[in-house]
Amino acid sequence: MGQQKNVEGYVGFANLPNQVYRKSVKRGFEFTLMVVGESGLGKSTLINSLFLTDLYSSEYPGPSHRIKKTVQVEQSKVLIKEGGVQLLLTIVDTPGFGDAVDNSNCWQQVIDYIDSKFEDYLNAESRVNRRQMPDNRVHGCLYFIAPSGHGLKPLDIEFMKRLHEKVNIIPLIAKADTMTPEECQQFKKQIIKEIQEHKIRIYEFPETDDEEETRIARKIKDCLPLAVVGSNTIIEVNGKRVRGRQYPWGVAEVENGEHCDFTILRNMLIRTHMHDLKDVTNNVHYENYRSKNLAAVSCNGVDNNRSKGQLTKSPLDQMEEERREHVAKMMKMEQEMEQVFEMKVKEKLQKLKDSEMELQRRHEQMKKNLEALHKELEEKRRQQEEEKASWEAQQRILEQQKLEASRTLEKNKKKKIF
Amino acid sequence: MMSPSGFPPPPVKSQQQRILVLQLIASVMASTEIARQAGEGARAVPLSGHVGFDSMPDQLVNRSVNHGFCFNILCVGETGLGKSTLMDTLFNTKFEGEPTQHNQPGVTLKSNTYELQESNVRLKLTIVNTVGFGDQINKEESYKSIVEFIDAQFEAYLQEELKIKRTLHSYHDTRIHACLYFIAPTGHSLKSLDLVTMKKLDSKVNIIPIIAKSDAISKSELTKFKIKITSELVSNGVQIYQFPTDDESVAEINSTMNSHLPFAVIGSTEEVKIGNKMVKARQYPWGTVQVENENHCDFVKLREMLIRVNMEDLREQTHTRHYELYRRCKLEEMGFKDTDPDSKPFSLQETYEAKRNEFMGELQKKEEEMRQMFVQRVKEKEAELKEAEKELHEKFDRLKKLHQDEKKKLEEKKKSLDDELNTFKQKKTAAELLQNQAQQAGGSTTLKRDKERKN
Repeated sequence: MGQQKNVEGYVGFANLPNQVYRKSVKRGFEFTLMVVGESGLGKSTLINSLFLTDLYSSEYPGPSHRIKKTVQVEQSKVLIKEGGVQLLLTIVDTPGFGDAVDNSNCWQQVIDYIDSKFEDYLNAESRVNRRQMPDNRVHGCLYFIAPSGHGLKPLDIEFMKRLHEKVNIIPLIAKADTMTPEECQQFKKQIIKEIQEHKIRIYEFPETDDEEETRIARKIKDCLPLAVVGSNTIIEVNGKRVRGRQYPWGVAEVENGEHCDFTILRNMLIRTHMHDLKDVTNNVHYENYRSKNLAAVSCNGVDNNRSKGQLTKSPLDQMEEERREHVAKMMKMEQEMEQVFEMKVKEKLQKLKDSEMELQRRHEQMKKNLEALHKELEEKRRQQEEEKASWEAQQRILEQQKLEASRTLEKNKKKKIF
Repeated sequence: MMSPSGFPPPPVKSQQQRILVLQLIASVMASTEIARQAGEGARAVPLSGHVGFDSMPDQLVNRSVNHGFCFNILCVGETGLGKSTLMDTLFNTKFEGEPTQHNQPGVTLKSNTYELQESNVRLKLTIVNTVGFGDQINKEESYKSIVEFIDAQFEAYLQEELKIKRTLHSYHDTRIHACLYFIAPTGHSLKSLDLVTMKKLDSKVNIIPIIAKSDAISKSELTKFKIKITSELVSNGVQIYQFPTDDESVAEINSTMNSHLPFAVIGSTEEVKIGNKMVKARQYPWGTVQVENENHCDFVKLREMLIRVNMEDLREQTHTRHYELYRRCKLEEMGFKDTDPDSKPFSLQETYEAKRNEFMGELQKKEEEMRQMFVQRVKEKEAELKEAEKELHEKFDRLKKLHQDEKKKLEEKKKSLDDELNTFKQKKTAAELLQNQAQQAGGSTTLKRDKERKN
């Protein structure tokens, strides 16, 4: 899109990352982690081990210690600080999950919770007056699989199928210290196979251009699902104080890579991919939720054949377009009406003109007739006058003649007598 | 160096700097926004070891670096104030364009995007230039194209944000993050065009006023000029961008710089040898003005503030303040409003539907109105035409009557003439009869006489 330009000498925008760093630390971070699994799988212990804190303690007991009849969704918020970075951590747990005899729909509460967080975010985002929105969406879900060694239970499959499009699922094998490494390998293979069979999409580690990161990502992938062990107790082993579980036959160390995948989990979840989990939640899961939700809105009152194309338009845009369409329609209608109007008026005017012309013509004709008549009369009169005059003249002459004749007669008479 | 777990330590880019920053922040016990937001619901718990989430900022930074950054600058100023040269100087590269003439009929905005890289940081830089600003005789409309351009970028972002299927994370943000306003180096005060324009822009973009070609002003004049400009801006209520002082690590330098605004800058891409180095400078007979010499001009300060220290803040302000304002106004204009958060939860769906229904109702009403108007017009025109027709007929009726009258008169005349003729004829016939008689009598006498004569 833009042209490549070479920068010579010092400009300074290489400092941008530091500016971003500075601002992010000032703002602080938040992360919501959901833990799902039957009671007794060591969820609380794992959380405590992961975050090296007594999130769940005697004061704030973990889910298994809270007796629940039905599945609940509960959250605990803690504020932890490390190296100047503050993290608001929300752990969402689901006491009672899978514990009942009939567990149909026990995932519903979980789905509802996740959706309600999406809805809150969507509403906050859609407000006219927006403020800095807290991000309470669920960024990751640790799903605990019981270490049966055989495969996934139907409940596991059902849960993951229903939630893989709503949240980043990270399946874990709980209490991995009950299996030997070989058994663990088998178990993992079986689980992966079943996950692929059921087309479940678990959280994937992004492969970037960075070779190192890609290598790490591939390494993790080979270990999935991670088999973990958690512990609240610290034991001394070979002079070192480690978290572990003391058995008569030895100590299973939590942070020992040969004993379990705990360190991989912690590194992945917290140290390298925490932000990516948030990004995927924001860019994929939330967007899915949002587009489904909004598509439902704009499809109301609109016929279905048009709705497909409208998905890429915002509702406001849609309304704008409808408004434009309507304006165009109105303009056309106005034009048409105007045309018809003009035509009719023209017709009428033409008719009027015609009749005017006709009447004018008649008037002219009549005038002409009258003039002709007038002329005729004049002519006649003139003739008459002439005739009269000539006849009168004639008469006078005749009279004169007569007079002369009678005089002559008189004269002659007189002459004759002599 | 690998840690026991087999993983490399978090990225070590300018680690010392990072530590310094973190120490500064930690030492002032700053309460983060998140902590404030958490409020009562969260409890603080101590950690018994190194968990590792202190790498979160690094993770964020890595992602940002991989994604690349983008920054958009708008240069507003009259033709010939050295806008393009300054951009070239700031970014140490030759950007596009030839110098423009002064004969532009209006103000147009030309934008160019460039991909720059410094160390491992990729920057997509867009420079928007106002072409023809201040060249017209009537400059009343000058600011309009600028405001429209800025709004258009906001609008594009808003549209993307409102789409149902959207891709915000890969969207190329074209919103203007910084507006460099070039003030002509008159030495006296701001022009009214400047005040008007800046007033129109201050709620839409971060304005950084700079005195261009400041090598035309002497130092003492410059101080007075800056004071005058600042006081004029204040008295006219123009909000220019203030470098942020809420972050302890940069508060000091930012507040110092704030007092140096507006920056008096000079741009030059030509290099001159000073001592044994080649520096960017402008050579005059009376001396050489060095661009990067802080005694000569504020170029270094501008670069420092704009790029090195506050680029991210400029982007953030644009997004959280200016864009939000635009969005709010636009939505309110279209009739959206938030329902009272206490009464019932804000439902997007309901609002959209209500909006839509209202909107459709409006459209239908308009349609009806138009129809009615037409019916009215038709009626009126019909009446008009009828009136005209009536008049016409009346006129001709009158004429007809006139004709008839005249005809009658003529006929009467004719009749009288005929009567005369008849009388005349009668007279004539009578007279002729008499004559005939007389003639007969006299005729024989005359005949006799004539006969006698002959004899």
